[in-house]
Amino acid sequence: MMAHNLYQTYLLFAIFAGVLLISSSIGFVLKHRAGTQASPVIDNLNARINAWWIMLIVLATAILLGKIAFIVLFGLISLFALREFISLLPTRRGDYFPLLISFYFMIPYQYYLVYTDWYGLYSIFIPLYAFLLIPIASLKQEDTKHFLERSAKIQWGLMICVFCVSYVPALLNLNLIHFHGDKIWLAMWLIMVVQASDVLQYVCGKLFGKHKVAPILSPSKTIEGLIGGVILASALGVAMKWLTPFNLWQAAAIGLVVCIFGFFGGLVMSAIKRDRGVKDWGQLIQGHGGMLDRIDSVCFSAPIFFHILRYWWT
Amino acid sequence: MTIPAQSDPTTRTNSTISRLFARLISLIIRRSARLLTGARSVWLGCAPEMKQRIYYANHTSHIDFILLWSSLPKAIRRQTRPIAASDYWLKDGFRRFLIQDTFSGVTIKRQREHHEDPLQPVKDVLQEGYSIIFFPEGTRNLNDDIELLEFKSGLYHLSQTFPEVEVVPVWISNLKRVMPKGAFIPLPLLSSVIFGCPLQVSSALDKAHFLSLAQDELLKLKQAEYQ
Repeated sequence: MMAHNLYQTYLLFAIFAGVLLISSSIGFVLKHRAGTQASPVIDNLNARINAWWIMLIVLATAILLGKIAFIVLFGLISLFALREFISLLPTRRGDYFPLLISFYFMIPYQYYLVYTDWYGLYSIFIPLYAFLLIPIASLKQEDTKHFLERSAKIQWGLMICVFCVSYVPALLNLNLIHFHGDKIWLAMWLIMVVQASDVLQYVCGKLFGKHKVAPILSPSKTIEGLIGGVILASALGVAMKWLTPFNLWQAAAIGLVVCIFGFFGGLVMSAIKRDRGVKDWGQLIQGHGGMLDRIDSVCFSAPIFFHILRYWWT
Repeated sequence: MTIPAQSDPTTRTNSTISRLFARLISLIIRRSARLLTGARSVWLGCAPEMKQRIYYANHTSHIDFILLWSSLPKAIRRQTRPIAASDYWLKDGFRRFLIQDTFSGVTIKRQREHHEDPLQPVKDVLQEGYSIIFFPEGTRNLNDDIELLEFKSGLYHLSQTFPEVEVVPVWISNLKRVMPKGAFIPLPLLSSVIFGCPLQVSSALDKAHFLSLAQDELLKLKQAEYQ
């Protein structure tokens, strides 16, 4: 990172830390006001804020350590996400071999391809080669029960948890025209806008929420929350457009697109959870649920964001 | 309840070096099992207490007692002995070292030989005041479509002989998928160890009813897996 860019990256983290500091103070005051009265909403809020501190520190460390650390971090995120995904969806003994290569070969190899910037392979490795290899690897046990369903589940898990997530570090590979900032900023802009959209949807929903968007899929999401969250997060994207090659309208439009895909991503992943009769993917992140609960919106928006940039800016 | 002395002379080797080595191996195995499976222990029906107990669990893999055992707090773990089949664990010196020295397990024969009671070693450690980890299915359940095999009668006899010892069901989820039969490399899937309520046993209960009660209570815990 160039010295000047590094300075701006520090500034960005200082802003995030400032926002969290304000949130923590509000959480502290709320907790203090509630006194001895137990309030699950406030406790959950504080747990979420504390988890955000940890996520910010982990992300900042990886970013400051450089490209390899950032790729390794997302490889680990994929590992945790795929583990939650497969744990929740029952597989059979015959799926041992395909799962073995998914966890121990496909995750590292996909990220290795991202590292070596072999776009021609990392963009089709899981959609094509894993798609063909998974059912082949399932053949060995000759267990035909739910065969298509089992292969489809593993393939789907790899697509969401590995392929889509790997597009975040893949942003570092893009050589954009008319862009002199650091490439990591693109990833930071995406993560910031999408995660802010999640948080602001939650906040707006709690403050003004009346009408539910999809009461069966996700009882906590409201129309007021959705509109407020998406508009505010896109506005944040506009305010932070100095991290990107976008002009004002481009930043607003692309911010809107990634927020909307993120929103639908949350609903799709929620539909899978409801089908399995659970509320959260796991217990990894205090107050948030599992890894997949936190990254579901990024999974759906990262590939879209990548391809928008690749198509129009390279 | 009598608490036995910390060092137990019956199975452990006396050499300090070998004991330290066993402890180190035990620590590594416990930590890696917990890291691999996400290690979630849910004390649903009882708390981890210093009481003499028979923990009985579903058996799907060779590593499931390790996960259950590592879910116990240190002080309780030291007083808890896993019960394992001698035909598997005494096959070679390394397995013998693992089961006897690192896990302080008790090995029993699956089949009755020369009219001797195969449960006698288990009764001995219960007599000494230890808690035990027991797998009443007797063998690993390798079938994908069956949740739990029929219980053998051992659990009933132990509960009859030691009516004052609590019998606690423990459901271990997902380990069949982590380490299926014939697998060398475990998959990093999430697994939970769920402790249920001690069985409410009246002495009037006959063998068949006791065993079906024990199976039902164990299967009930499966519901808590994703809560």
